[in-house]
Amino acid sequence: MDILQTLSNYLSASIWPPYMVGVGIGILCWLAFLLSNHPIGVSTAFAKSAGMIETAIRGPEVRKKPYYQENRPTIDWEWMLVAGLFLGAFTAAWLSGDINWKWVPPMWEDTFGPSILLRLSAALFGGICVGFGARWGSGCTSGHGISGTLQLVLSSWIAVFCFFFAGVAVAFLMYRII
Amino acid sequence: MLKTLHNQTRIQYFIGLAIGFLFGFLLQKGGVCYYDIIMQQLLLQDFTVVKIILTAIVTGMVGIYAMRDPGWINLHKKSGSLGATIPGPLIFGVGFAILGYCPGTSMGAAGHGALDAIIGGIIGIMAGAGLYAAVYPQLKKTILPFGSFGDKTLIDLFQPRNPWFVIIPVAVFITGFLAVMEIVGL
Repeated sequence: MDILQTLSNYLSASIWPPYMVGVGIGILCWLAFLLSNHPIGVSTAFAKSAGMIETAIRGPEVRKKPYYQENRPTIDWEWMLVAGLFLGAFTAAWLSGDINWKWVPPMWEDTFGPSILLRLSAALFGGICVGFGARWGSGCTSGHGISGTLQLVLSSWIAVFCFFFAGVAVAFLMYRII
Repeated sequence: MLKTLHNQTRIQYFIGLAIGFLFGFLLQKGGVCYYDIIMQQLLLQDFTVVKIILTAIVTGMVGIYAMRDPGWINLHKKSGSLGATIPGPLIFGVGFAILGYCPGTSMGAAGHGALDAIIGGIIGIMAGAGLYAAVYPQLKKTILPFGSFGDKTLIDLFQPRNPWFVIIPVAVFITGFLAVMEIVGL
């Protein structure tokens, strides 16, 4: 009974301690390598989805692009991982009653105002940079930031340093200088 | 290595979905699917993101290398070059601050109803990736191969007699760094 109560308290809590979450993600990395011979990574699935959408609009010619020859735009293990990520985050938020449809994050609104159009334009532009940069550097905060760094790969440590260096610089520019 | 399991495509899709589910669950419970938390990390006010990433790295690293020694797993290392690993991630970082989510956390944020992550983030990231596919042949011919350094790890760099002579100090250093952050109250 006590164990069930503890479990239920955890499931309905909005926030878990960061170290618990970090250890959990580390263990998921073990499972991904062991059970699937795959590192956890997210941004390739976005590139594959882009390829699938482009193929649906412009026809099979798209698959001949060199990038899509090397990264075939199909549903694969990583794509399933990203679909699961969405469902898992939804379930976690639902269990703690934290599903809120929101256009503008509170911190953005405090500084840049409540305009939905402004926030969406910025998010779209930022997203384009994220997608473009992630593919240019062969990985994102998951593929490089967790899976690569934990294997002590040099390119991943350099990439993570660049993510946060540019991220911190632009964040300060947006919130502290302008 | 669990080769038989690795070759079962349908089961693999299910495992991918299940690992993704738990990953998203943890990201949401960790609070890092929120714009405000990510932005406060980039403004060096809240260190939740760094704490989660560093703890995952230490946990993951020790387990992965322990399982590699008896040959249970293969490493999956990404090659890099100055022309790929510096400009790309810098562009990513600029976008990271403007969007306020990374690819994984934008999916997670979509899960709790952040519409800016859905309309801006997810669509933007796909558009950016598609744009990259369009310019990839040009970049591949010019800047990408510049200053290639392959898939070296820190272990290859220091060439210790035993890889654990690097792994353990890295784990101790990161753990110490986290402890110092707690002590100074970050």
